[in-house]
Amino acid sequence: MSGASPQAAGGGALLEVAGLRVRYGVIEALHGVDLVVRRGEIVTVIGANGAGKTTLLKAISGLVPAAGGSIRHHGEQGTAELGRLRPHEIVARGVGHAPEGRRIFQNLTVRENLGLGAYLRRDRAAIESELAEILTLFPRLQERFAQNAGTLSGGEQQMLAMARALMSRPSLLLLDEPSLGLAPKLVRAIFGVIRTIRSRGTTLLLVEQNARLALEAADRAYVLETGSVALSGTASELASDPRVQRVYLGGDA
Amino acid sequence: MNEFLQQVVNGIAWGSLYALIALGYTMVYGVLRLINFAHGDVYMIGAMVAYYAARALLAPGTASAPAFFALLALSMAACGLLGFLIERLAYRPLRRSPKFTALITAIGVSLLLENGGQLFFGPDPKFFPQLIESREISPGSGIVITNVQLLILGVSLTLMLGLQFLVFRTRVGTALRAVSYSAETASLMGIDVDRMISLTFVLGSMLAGAAGVLVGLSNPKIEPLMGIMPGLKAFVAAVVGGIGNIPGAMAGGLLMGLSEVLVVGYVSSTYRDAIAFVILIVVLLVRPSGLFGTSLEEKV
Repeated sequence: MSGASPQAAGGGALLEVAGLRVRYGVIEALHGVDLVVRRGEIVTVIGANGAGKTTLLKAISGLVPAAGGSIRHHGEQGTAELGRLRPHEIVARGVGHAPEGRRIFQNLTVRENLGLGAYLRRDRAAIESELAEILTLFPRLQERFAQNAGTLSGGEQQMLAMARALMSRPSLLLLDEPSLGLAPKLVRAIFGVIRTIRSRGTTLLLVEQNARLALEAADRAYVLETGSVALSGTASELASDPRVQRVYLGGDA
Repeated sequence: MNEFLQQVVNGIAWGSLYALIALGYTMVYGVLRLINFAHGDVYMIGAMVAYYAARALLAPGTASAPAFFALLALSMAACGLLGFLIERLAYRPLRRSPKFTALITAIGVSLLLENGGQLFFGPDPKFFPQLIESREISPGSGIVITNVQLLILGVSLTLMLGLQFLVFRTRVGTALRAVSYSAETASLMGIDVDRMISLTFVLGSMLAGAAGVLVGLSNPKIEPLMGIMPGLKAFVAAVVGGIGNIPGAMAGGLLMGLSEVLVVGYVSSTYRDAIAFVILIVVLLVRPSGLFGTSLEEKV
Protein backbone atom coordinates (compact mmCIF):
# COMPACT_ATOMS: atom_id res chain seq x y z
CA MET A 1 0.00 0.00 0.00
CA SER A 2 1.49 3.30 -1.00
CA GLY A 3 0.48 6.73 0.21
CA ALA A 4 -1.05 7.95 -3.02
CA SER A 5 -4.72 7.32 -3.56
CA PRO A 6 -6.99 7.83 -6.53
CA GLN A 7 -9.35 10.21 -4.70
CA ALA A 8 -6.56 12.29 -3.28
CA ALA A 9 -6.00 14.61 -6.17
CA GLY A 10 -9.53 15.46 -7.26
CA GLY A 11 -11.52 15.78 -4.00
CA GLY A 12 -13.04 19.12 -2.99
CA ALA A 13 -12.02 20.87 0.18
CA LEU A 14 -13.52 19.31 3.32
CA LEU A 15 -11.82 21.60 5.81
CA GLU A 16 -10.36 25.05 5.22
CA VAL A 17 -8.39 26.68 7.99
CA ALA A 18 -7.43 30.28 7.25
CA GLY A 19 -5.42 32.72 9.36
CA LEU A 20 -6.14 30.69 12.49
CA ARG A 21 -4.82 32.24 15.66
CA VAL A 22 -5.12 30.67 19.14
CA ARG A 23 -4.11 32.27 22.37
CA TYR A 24 -3.55 30.79 25.82
CA GLY A 25 -3.76 33.83 28.06
CA VAL A 26 -1.15 36.24 26.78
CA ILE A 27 0.78 33.61 24.86
CA GLU A 28 -0.19 33.09 21.23
CA ALA A 29 0.21 29.45 20.28
CA LEU A 30 -0.86 29.70 16.62
CA HIS A 31 -0.05 32.81 14.60
CA GLY A 32 -2.28 32.62 11.55
CA VAL A 33 -2.26 29.05 10.27
CA ASP A 34 -3.60 28.23 6.78
CA LEU A 35 -4.37 24.64 5.98
CA VAL A 36 -6.67 22.73 3.62
CA VAL A 37 -7.84 19.13 3.83
CA ARG A 38 -9.54 17.70 0.74
CA ARG A 39 -12.01 14.87 0.72
CA GLY A 40 -10.30 11.47 0.71
CA GLU A 41 -6.85 12.74 1.62
CA ILE A 42 -4.48 11.87 4.41
CA VAL A 43 -2.93 15.18 5.42
CA THR A 44 -0.24 15.23 8.04
CA VAL A 45 1.04 18.03 10.22
CA ILE A 46 4.56 17.43 11.45
CA GLY A 47 6.63 19.54 13.77
CA ALA A 48 8.54 19.55 17.03
CA ASN A 49 7.08 19.44 20.50
CA GLY A 50 5.33 22.72 21.27
CA ALA A 51 4.99 23.75 17.63
CA GLY A 52 1.22 23.99 18.06
CA LYS A 53 0.12 20.74 16.43
CA THR A 54 -2.19 19.63 19.22
CA THR A 55 -3.54 23.16 19.60
CA LEU A 56 -4.44 23.16 15.91
CA LEU A 57 -6.52 19.97 16.30
CA LYS A 58 -8.11 21.24 19.52
CA ALA A 59 -9.15 24.44 17.78
CA ILE A 60 -10.72 22.48 14.92
CA SER A 61 -12.78 20.34 17.31
CA GLY A 62 -13.75 23.31 19.45
CA LEU A 63 -11.82 22.43 22.59
CA VAL A 64 -9.94 25.73 22.52
CA PRO A 65 -11.44 28.94 21.15
CA ALA A 66 -9.95 30.64 18.10
CA ALA A 67 -8.70 34.17 18.70
CA GLY A 68 -8.87 34.94 14.99
CA GLY A 69 -9.20 33.46 11.51
CA SER A 70 -11.69 30.87 10.33
CA ILE A 71 -12.21 27.12 10.33
CA ARG A 72 -14.69 26.21 7.60
CA HIS A 73 -16.08 22.71 7.35
CA HIS A 74 -17.90 21.63 4.20
CA GLY A 75 -19.93 18.72 5.51
CA GLU A 76 -23.04 16.87 4.43
CA GLN A 77 -25.16 19.50 6.18
CA GLY A 78 -23.48 22.29 4.24
CA THR A 79 -20.71 24.64 5.20
CA ALA A 80 -20.21 25.83 8.75
CA GLU A 81 -17.75 27.93 10.69
CA LEU A 82 -16.57 25.49 13.36
CA GLY A 83 -15.36 28.31 15.60
CA ARG A 84 -18.99 29.12 16.38
CA LEU A 85 -19.92 25.58 17.38
CA ARG A 86 -19.45 23.68 20.61
CA PRO A 87 -17.42 20.46 20.60
CA HIS A 88 -20.40 18.10 20.62
CA GLU A 89 -21.94 19.97 17.68
CA ILE A 90 -18.70 19.61 15.74
CA VAL A 91 -18.75 15.85 16.38
CA ALA A 92 -22.33 15.82 15.09
CA ARG A 93 -21.04 17.30 11.80
CA GLY A 94 -18.86 14.25 11.26
CA VAL A 95 -15.56 15.47 12.65
CA GLY A 96 -14.01 12.84 14.92
CA HIS A 97 -11.00 13.49 17.14
CA ALA A 98 -8.78 10.89 18.77
CA PRO A 99 -6.89 13.12 21.19
CA GLU A 100 -3.29 13.03 22.25
CA GLY A 101 -2.45 10.75 25.14
CA ARG A 102 -5.35 8.45 24.17
CA ARG A 103 -7.74 9.93 26.73
CA ILE A 104 -9.79 6.81 26.94
CA PHE A 105 -12.30 6.56 29.77
CA GLN A 106 -10.39 4.35 32.17
CA ASN A 107 -13.38 4.03 34.48
CA LEU A 108 -15.46 2.43 31.72
CA THR A 109 -15.19 -0.91 29.95
CA VAL A 110 -13.85 -1.27 26.43
CA ARG A 111 -17.41 -1.92 25.30
CA GLU A 112 -18.67 1.26 26.96
CA ASN A 113 -15.85 3.33 25.49
CA LEU A 114 -16.74 2.10 22.02
CA GLY A 115 -20.42 2.68 22.68
CA LEU A 116 -19.73 6.30 23.57
CA GLY A 117 -17.95 6.71 20.27
CA ALA A 118 -21.33 6.11 18.67
CA TYR A 119 -23.12 8.31 21.22
CA LEU A 120 -24.85 10.50 18.64
CA ARG A 121 -25.95 7.64 16.42
CA ARG A 122 -29.35 6.00 16.86
CA ASP A 123 -29.23 3.32 14.15
CA ARG A 124 -28.59 0.35 16.43
CA ALA A 125 -28.22 -2.22 13.67
CA ALA A 126 -25.69 -0.10 11.79
CA ILE A 127 -23.75 0.53 14.99
CA GLU A 128 -23.57 -3.20 15.69
CA SER A 129 -22.24 -4.02 12.24
CA GLU A 130 -19.81 -1.10 12.44
CA LEU A 131 -18.62 -2.40 15.79
CA ALA A 132 -18.04 -5.86 14.35
CA GLU A 133 -16.10 -4.37 11.46
CA ILE A 134 -13.98 -2.15 13.70
CA LEU A 135 -13.21 -5.07 15.99
CA THR A 136 -11.77 -6.96 13.00
CA LEU A 137 -9.42 -3.99 12.53
CA PHE A 138 -8.44 -4.17 16.21
CA PRO A 139 -8.70 -7.83 17.25
CA ARG A 140 -7.06 -7.18 20.61
CA LEU A 141 -10.03 -5.04 21.63
CA GLN A 142 -12.32 -7.98 20.98
CA GLU A 143 -10.37 -10.02 23.53
CA ARG A 144 -10.57 -7.18 26.06
CA PHE A 145 -14.17 -6.24 25.31
CA ALA A 146 -15.67 -6.53 28.80
CA GLN A 147 -12.54 -5.35 30.62
CA ASN A 148 -12.07 -1.98 32.22
CA ALA A 149 -10.21 0.22 29.77
CA GLY A 150 -7.82 1.26 32.53
CA THR A 151 -6.34 -2.26 32.47
CA LEU A 152 -5.27 -2.04 28.82
CA SER A 153 -1.65 -1.63 27.76
CA GLY A 154 -0.53 1.59 26.10
CA GLY A 155 -0.82 0.15 22.59
CA GLU A 156 -4.26 -1.28 23.29
CA GLN A 157 -5.38 2.07 24.68
CA GLN A 158 -4.22 3.79 21.51
CA MET A 159 -6.16 1.30 19.42
CA LEU A 160 -9.21 1.85 21.60
CA ALA A 161 -8.93 5.60 21.15
CA MET A 162 -8.83 5.20 17.37
CA ALA A 163 -11.59 2.62 17.31
CA ARG A 164 -13.75 4.81 19.52
CA ALA A 165 -13.29 7.79 17.20
CA LEU A 166 -14.24 5.59 14.25
CA MET A 167 -17.48 4.52 15.93
CA SER A 168 -18.93 7.96 15.24
CA ARG A 169 -18.36 7.16 11.54
CA PRO A 170 -16.60 10.49 10.98
CA SER A 171 -16.08 11.87 7.51
CA LEU A 172 -13.01 13.64 8.88
CA LEU A 173 -10.85 12.06 11.56
CA LEU A 174 -8.33 14.11 13.53
CA LEU A 175 -5.59 11.88 14.91
CA ASP A 176 -3.19 13.32 17.45
CA GLU A 177 0.12 11.45 17.83
CA PRO A 178 -1.25 7.93 17.36
CA SER A 179 2.26 6.45 17.50
CA LEU A 180 3.39 8.21 20.66
CA GLY A 181 5.10 5.90 23.11
CA LEU A 182 4.44 2.70 21.17
CA ALA A 183 6.86 -0.10 20.30
CA PRO A 184 8.06 0.01 16.65
CA LYS A 185 6.04 -3.03 15.66
CA LEU A 186 2.86 -1.44 17.01
CA VAL A 187 3.67 1.84 15.28
CA ARG A 188 3.74 -0.02 11.94
CA ALA A 189 0.42 -1.65 12.80
CA ILE A 190 -1.16 1.69 13.65
CA PHE A 191 -0.06 3.20 10.34
CA GLY A 192 -1.48 0.16 8.55
CA VAL A 193 -4.81 0.85 10.22
CA ILE A 194 -4.61 4.52 9.23
CA ARG A 195 -4.38 3.49 5.58
CA THR A 196 -7.29 1.09 6.00
CA ILE A 197 -9.40 3.83 7.57
CA ARG A 198 -8.79 6.04 4.54
CA SER A 199 -9.62 3.25 2.13
CA ARG A 200 -13.00 2.99 3.87
CA GLY A 201 -13.72 6.58 2.89
CA THR A 202 -12.62 8.61 5.89
CA THR A 203 -10.45 11.67 5.39
CA LEU A 204 -7.64 12.02 7.91
CA LEU A 205 -5.76 14.91 9.44
CA LEU A 206 -2.83 13.34 11.22
CA VAL A 207 -0.53 15.08 13.67
CA GLU A 208 2.73 13.20 14.21
CA GLN A 209 6.19 13.48 15.59
CA ASN A 210 7.25 10.41 13.68
CA ALA A 211 7.74 12.41 10.49
CA ARG A 212 9.13 9.54 8.46
CA LEU A 213 6.08 7.31 8.82
CA ALA A 214 3.68 10.22 8.63
CA LEU A 215 5.11 11.38 5.32
CA GLU A 216 5.08 7.82 4.02
CA ALA A 217 1.37 7.49 4.73
CA ALA A 218 0.19 10.98 3.81
CA ASP A 219 -0.73 12.60 0.52
CA ARG A 220 0.14 16.10 1.59
CA ALA A 221 1.91 17.59 4.57
CA TYR A 222 2.43 20.77 6.54
CA VAL A 223 5.43 21.57 8.69
CA LEU A 224 4.47 23.56 11.74
CA GLU A 225 7.19 25.58 13.49
CA THR A 226 6.45 27.65 16.60
CA GLY A 227 2.84 28.30 15.65
CA SER A 228 3.23 28.98 11.93
CA VAL A 229 3.28 26.87 8.79
CA ALA A 230 6.91 26.81 7.71
CA LEU A 231 6.54 24.49 4.72
CA SER A 232 3.79 22.69 2.89
CA GLY A 233 3.46 20.48 -0.15
CA THR A 234 2.87 16.91 -1.22
CA ALA A 235 4.24 14.37 1.20
CA SER A 236 6.86 13.16 -1.28
CA GLU A 237 8.04 16.72 -1.98
CA LEU A 238 8.49 17.37 1.70
CA ALA A 239 10.15 14.00 2.29
CA SER A 240 12.84 14.93 -0.22
CA ASP A 241 13.19 18.54 0.99
CA PRO A 242 16.69 18.96 2.43
CA ARG A 243 15.50 21.02 5.35
CA VAL A 244 12.82 18.52 6.32
CA GLN A 245 15.38 15.73 5.95
CA ARG A 246 17.84 17.49 8.19
CA VAL A 247 15.44 18.60 10.94
CA TYR A 248 12.70 15.97 10.96
CA LEU A 249 14.10 12.88 9.29
CA GLY A 250 17.47 12.79 11.01
CA GLY A 251 19.39 13.70 7.83
CA ASP A 252 19.98 10.11 6.68
CA ALA A 253 16.86 9.67 4.58
CA MET B 1 -29.33 -8.37 71.62
CA ASN B 2 -32.86 -7.49 70.58
CA GLU B 3 -32.30 -3.94 71.62
CA PHE B 4 -29.21 -3.85 69.48
CA LEU B 5 -31.13 -5.18 66.48
CA GLN B 6 -33.78 -2.57 67.13
CA GLN B 7 -31.12 0.14 67.05
CA VAL B 8 -29.73 -1.27 63.82
CA VAL B 9 -33.18 -1.17 62.23
CA ASN B 10 -33.64 2.44 63.31
CA GLY B 11 -30.15 3.32 62.17
CA ILE B 12 -30.64 1.87 58.71
CA ALA B 13 -33.90 3.76 58.22
CA TRP B 14 -32.28 6.97 59.37
CA GLY B 15 -29.12 6.35 57.38
CA SER B 16 -31.01 5.80 54.16
CA LEU B 17 -32.05 9.46 54.36
CA TYR B 18 -28.42 10.55 54.72
CA ALA B 19 -27.61 8.30 51.79
CA LEU B 20 -30.20 10.01 49.59
CA ILE B 21 -28.70 13.42 50.35
CA ALA B 22 -25.11 12.18 50.10
CA LEU B 23 -25.76 11.00 46.54
CA GLY B 24 -26.32 14.57 45.39
CA TYR B 25 -23.03 15.72 46.88
CA THR B 26 -21.12 12.89 45.34
CA MET B 27 -22.68 13.15 41.88
CA VAL B 28 -22.07 16.88 41.59
CA TYR B 29 -18.52 16.42 42.82
CA GLY B 30 -18.11 13.67 40.23
CA VAL B 31 -18.89 15.91 37.27
CA LEU B 32 -17.73 19.34 38.49
CA ARG B 33 -15.24 18.65 41.32
CA LEU B 34 -17.40 21.05 43.31
CA ILE B 35 -18.83 20.62 46.80
CA ASN B 36 -22.33 22.01 46.41
CA PHE B 37 -22.82 23.35 49.91
CA ALA B 38 -26.36 24.45 49.04
CA HIS B 39 -27.39 20.81 48.74
CA GLY B 40 -28.52 20.41 52.37
CA ASP B 41 -30.78 23.41 51.91
CA VAL B 42 -32.39 21.85 48.85
CA TYR B 43 -33.42 19.05 51.20
CA MET B 44 -35.04 21.67 53.46
CA ILE B 45 -36.91 23.11 50.47
CA GLY B 46 -38.14 19.59 49.70
CA ALA B 47 -39.74 19.37 53.13
CA MET B 48 -41.19 22.89 52.85
CA VAL B 49 -42.72 22.28 49.44
CA ALA B 50 -44.47 19.17 50.72
CA TYR B 51 -45.62 21.00 53.85
CA TYR B 52 -47.17 23.94 51.98
CA ALA B 53 -48.62 21.73 49.25
CA ALA B 54 -50.24 19.50 51.88
CA ARG B 55 -51.72 22.53 53.62
CA ALA B 56 -53.05 23.96 50.39
CA LEU B 57 -54.31 20.77 48.79
CA LEU B 58 -55.30 18.36 51.53
CA ALA B 59 -58.09 18.58 54.04
CA PRO B 60 -56.63 18.65 57.57
CA GLY B 61 -56.19 15.23 59.06
CA THR B 62 -56.16 13.40 55.73
CA ALA B 63 -53.75 10.54 55.91
CA SER B 64 -53.41 8.51 52.78
CA ALA B 65 -50.68 6.79 50.85
CA PRO B 66 -51.71 8.27 47.47
CA ALA B 67 -51.51 11.78 48.96
CA PHE B 68 -48.06 10.98 50.29
CA PHE B 69 -46.79 9.75 46.93
CA ALA B 70 -48.29 12.75 45.13
CA LEU B 71 -46.54 15.12 47.53
CA LEU B 72 -43.32 13.16 47.18
CA ALA B 73 -43.44 13.52 43.40
CA LEU B 74 -44.29 17.20 43.64
CA SER B 75 -41.42 17.94 46.04
CA MET B 76 -38.98 15.98 43.92
CA ALA B 77 -40.04 17.90 40.83
CA ALA B 78 -39.77 21.26 42.61
CA CYS B 79 -36.33 20.41 43.98
CA GLY B 80 -35.18 19.16 40.59
CA LEU B 81 -36.16 22.51 39.14
CA LEU B 82 -34.41 24.32 41.99
CA GLY B 83 -31.23 22.31 41.41
CA PHE B 84 -31.41 23.11 37.71
CA LEU B 85 -31.74 26.82 38.46
CA ILE B 86 -28.96 26.84 41.04
CA GLU B 87 -26.55 25.32 38.55
CA ARG B 88 -27.71 27.53 35.70
CA LEU B 89 -27.66 30.82 37.58
CA ALA B 90 -24.93 30.37 40.18
CA TYR B 91 -22.40 27.83 38.94
CA ARG B 92 -22.50 27.81 35.14
CA PRO B 93 -21.30 31.42 34.77
CA LEU B 94 -18.26 30.38 36.82
CA ARG B 95 -17.41 27.28 34.78
CA ARG B 96 -14.06 28.73 33.70
CA SER B 97 -13.28 30.51 36.96
CA PRO B 98 -10.98 29.12 39.65
CA LYS B 99 -12.56 26.31 41.69
CA PHE B 100 -12.37 28.43 44.80
CA THR B 101 -14.76 30.97 43.29
CA ALA B 102 -17.38 28.29 42.73
CA LEU B 103 -16.90 26.96 46.25
CA ILE B 104 -17.48 30.39 47.80
CA THR B 105 -20.51 30.77 45.56
CA ALA B 106 -21.85 27.46 46.84
CA ILE B 107 -21.63 28.77 50.40
CA GLY B 108 -23.39 31.92 49.20
CA VAL B 109 -26.24 29.97 47.63
CA SER B 110 -26.57 27.99 50.85
CA LEU B 111 -26.82 31.17 52.95
CA LEU B 112 -29.30 32.59 50.46
CA LEU B 113 -31.58 29.55 50.79
CA GLU B 114 -31.29 29.44 54.59
CA ASN B 115 -31.96 33.13 55.14
CA GLY B 116 -34.42 33.37 52.27
CA GLY B 117 -36.19 30.42 53.87
CA GLN B 118 -36.41 32.25 57.19
CA LEU B 119 -37.80 35.26 55.40
CA PHE B 120 -40.41 33.42 53.36
CA PHE B 121 -41.38 30.51 55.59
CA GLY B 122 -40.72 32.24 58.91
CA PRO B 123 -38.06 31.06 61.36
CA ASP B 124 -40.51 29.19 63.59
CA PRO B 125 -40.78 25.41 63.28
CA LYS B 126 -43.73 23.96 61.42
CA PHE B 127 -45.36 20.63 61.98
CA PHE B 128 -45.34 18.35 59.01
CA PRO B 129 -48.79 16.79 58.46
CA GLN B 130 -49.24 13.15 59.38
CA LEU B 131 -49.57 11.80 55.88
CA ILE B 132 -49.17 8.24 56.96
CA GLU B 133 -50.61 7.05 60.21
CA SER B 134 -47.80 5.42 62.12
CA ARG B 135 -48.41 1.77 62.97
CA GLU B 136 -46.09 -0.67 64.63
CA ILE B 137 -45.24 -3.86 62.90
CA SER B 138 -43.58 -6.60 64.89
CA PRO B 139 -41.67 -9.14 62.83
CA GLY B 140 -40.99 -11.13 66.01
CA SER B 141 -38.12 -11.41 68.50
CA GLY B 142 -39.25 -8.21 70.14
CA ILE B 143 -38.14 -5.85 67.39
CA VAL B 144 -40.54 -3.09 66.46
CA ILE B 145 -40.57 -1.57 63.02
CA THR B 146 -43.04 1.14 62.12
CA ASN B 147 -44.74 1.27 58.77
CA VAL B 148 -43.22 4.75 58.38
CA GLN B 149 -39.72 3.32 58.76
CA LEU B 150 -40.54 0.66 56.19
CA LEU B 151 -41.85 3.32 53.84
CA ILE B 152 -38.72 5.43 54.28
CA LEU B 153 -36.55 2.41 53.60
CA GLY B 154 -38.63 1.26 50.66
CA VAL B 155 -38.75 4.65 48.97
CA SER B 156 -35.05 5.37 49.49
CA LEU B 157 -34.02 1.93 48.30
CA THR B 158 -36.21 2.23 45.21
CA LEU B 159 -34.76 5.64 44.39
CA MET B 160 -31.19 4.46 44.95
CA LEU B 161 -31.69 1.36 42.82
CA GLY B 162 -33.25 3.55 40.14
CA LEU B 163 -30.25 5.86 40.20
CA GLN B 164 -27.87 2.91 40.15
CA PHE B 165 -29.67 1.54 37.10
CA LEU B 166 -29.65 4.91 35.35
CA VAL B 167 -25.97 5.52 35.97
CA PHE B 168 -24.61 2.05 35.28
CA ARG B 169 -27.01 0.56 32.76
CA THR B 170 -28.15 3.29 30.40
CA ARG B 171 -26.65 5.35 27.62
CA VAL B 172 -27.19 8.59 29.54
CA GLY B 173 -25.55 7.07 32.61
CA THR B 174 -22.52 6.00 30.61
CA ALA B 175 -22.29 9.57 29.32
CA LEU B 176 -22.48 10.87 32.90
CA ARG B 177 -19.65 8.59 33.95
CA ALA B 178 -17.64 9.69 30.93
CA VAL B 179 -18.12 13.36 31.86
CA SER B 180 -17.02 12.61 35.40
CA TYR B 181 -13.82 11.03 34.07
CA SER B 182 -13.03 13.82 31.61
CA ALA B 183 -15.47 16.46 30.43
CA GLU B 184 -13.23 17.45 27.55
CA THR B 185 -12.92 13.94 26.16
CA ALA B 186 -16.63 13.37 26.70
CA SER B 187 -17.40 16.38 24.52
CA LEU B 188 -15.36 14.73 21.74
CA MET B 189 -17.85 11.85 21.84
CA GLY B 190 -20.63 14.28 20.99
CA ILE B 191 -21.85 14.49 24.59
CA ASP B 192 -23.35 17.85 25.51
CA VAL B 193 -21.42 18.31 28.75
CA ASP B 194 -23.50 21.25 30.00
CA ARG B 195 -26.65 19.17 29.67
CA MET B 196 -25.12 16.32 31.62
CA ILE B 197 -24.13 18.74 34.39
CA SER B 198 -27.69 20.07 34.50
CA LEU B 199 -29.01 16.53 34.66
CA THR B 200 -26.68 15.74 37.57
CA PHE B 201 -28.00 18.71 39.54
CA VAL B 202 -31.61 17.79 38.73
CA LEU B 203 -31.17 14.15 39.79
CA GLY B 204 -29.24 14.96 42.96
CA SER B 205 -31.72 17.63 44.00
CA MET B 206 -34.67 15.32 43.37
CA LEU B 207 -33.17 12.78 45.74
CA ALA B 208 -32.60 15.50 48.36
CA GLY B 209 -36.20 16.62 47.91
CA ALA B 210 -37.39 13.07 48.48
CA ALA B 211 -35.31 12.89 51.65
CA GLY B 212 -36.93 16.14 52.81
CA VAL B 213 -40.41 14.66 52.48
CA LEU B 214 -39.42 11.35 54.06
CA VAL B 215 -37.85 13.04 57.06
CA GLY B 216 -41.09 14.93 57.59
CA LEU B 217 -42.79 11.58 58.20
CA SER B 218 -40.52 10.56 61.06
CA ASN B 219 -39.36 13.94 62.45
CA PRO B 220 -42.29 16.22 61.72
CA LYS B 221 -40.71 19.40 63.07
CA ILE B 222 -39.37 21.30 60.06
CA GLU B 223 -37.77 24.73 59.88
CA PRO B 224 -35.61 26.71 57.43
CA LEU B 225 -32.30 25.75 59.02
CA MET B 226 -33.09 22.04 59.22
CA GLY B 227 -30.81 21.33 56.24
CA ILE B 228 -27.57 22.45 57.83
CA MET B 229 -26.69 19.49 60.05
CA PRO B 230 -28.08 16.71 57.82
CA GLY B 231 -26.41 18.42 54.87
CA LEU B 232 -23.09 18.43 56.67
CA LYS B 233 -23.48 14.81 57.73
CA ALA B 234 -24.47 13.71 54.26
CA PHE B 235 -21.39 15.50 52.97
CA VAL B 236 -19.32 13.59 55.53
CA ALA B 237 -21.07 10.42 54.36
CA ALA B 238 -20.08 11.15 50.76
CA VAL B 239 -16.46 11.78 51.74
CA VAL B 240 -16.31 8.71 53.98
CA GLY B 241 -17.69 6.58 51.15
CA GLY B 242 -15.24 8.10 48.66
CA ILE B 243 -16.42 11.32 47.09
CA GLY B 244 -17.52 10.88 43.50
CA ASN B 245 -18.42 7.24 44.14
CA ILE B 246 -22.15 6.42 44.08
CA PRO B 247 -22.18 3.11 46.00
CA GLY B 248 -19.78 4.80 48.43
CA ALA B 249 -22.27 7.57 49.17
CA MET B 250 -24.98 4.99 49.90
CA ALA B 251 -22.70 3.04 52.24
CA GLY B 252 -21.45 6.24 53.87
CA GLY B 253 -25.03 7.38 54.50
CA LEU B 254 -25.98 4.11 56.15
CA LEU B 255 -22.82 4.28 58.27
CA MET B 256 -23.72 7.81 59.41
CA GLY B 257 -27.25 6.79 60.37
CA LEU B 258 -26.19 3.61 62.15
CA SER B 259 -23.39 5.26 64.10
CA GLU B 260 -25.61 8.14 65.12
CA VAL B 261 -28.39 5.91 66.39
CA LEU B 262 -25.98 3.56 68.17
CA VAL B 263 -24.14 6.41 69.87
CA VAL B 264 -27.40 7.89 71.06
CA GLY B 265 -28.57 4.48 72.26
CA TYR B 266 -25.43 3.28 74.01
CA VAL B 267 -23.31 6.32 74.81
CA SER B 268 -25.01 9.67 75.03
CA SER B 269 -27.15 11.80 72.79
CA THR B 270 -24.65 14.61 73.38
CA TYR B 271 -22.38 12.90 70.84
CA ARG B 272 -24.99 12.26 68.14
CA ASP B 273 -23.40 14.80 65.81
CA ALA B 274 -19.80 14.37 66.97
CA ILE B 275 -19.66 10.71 65.93
CA ALA B 276 -19.95 11.64 62.24
CA PHE B 277 -16.80 13.70 62.44
CA VAL B 278 -14.94 11.12 64.48
CA ILE B 279 -15.65 8.61 61.73
CA LEU B 280 -14.61 11.16 59.13
CA ILE B 281 -11.25 11.75 60.83
CA VAL B 282 -10.57 8.05 61.33
CA VAL B 283 -11.47 7.15 57.75
CA LEU B 284 -9.41 9.98 56.31
CA LEU B 285 -6.42 8.87 58.40
CA VAL B 286 -6.69 5.24 57.32
CA ARG B 287 -8.09 5.56 53.77
CA PRO B 288 -7.77 9.16 52.56
CA SER B 289 -9.73 8.43 49.39
CA GLY B 290 -12.70 7.05 51.35
CA LEU B 291 -13.99 3.52 51.85
CA PHE B 292 -14.96 2.92 48.21
CA GLY B 293 -12.80 5.59 46.60
CA THR B 294 -9.92 4.88 44.29
CA SER B 295 -6.95 7.15 44.71
CA LEU B 296 -7.44 10.12 42.43
CA GLU B 297 -4.74 10.53 39.85
CA GLU B 298 -4.02 14.11 39.03
CA LYS B 299 -5.08 14.62 35.42
CA VAL B 300 -2.69 16.57 33.26
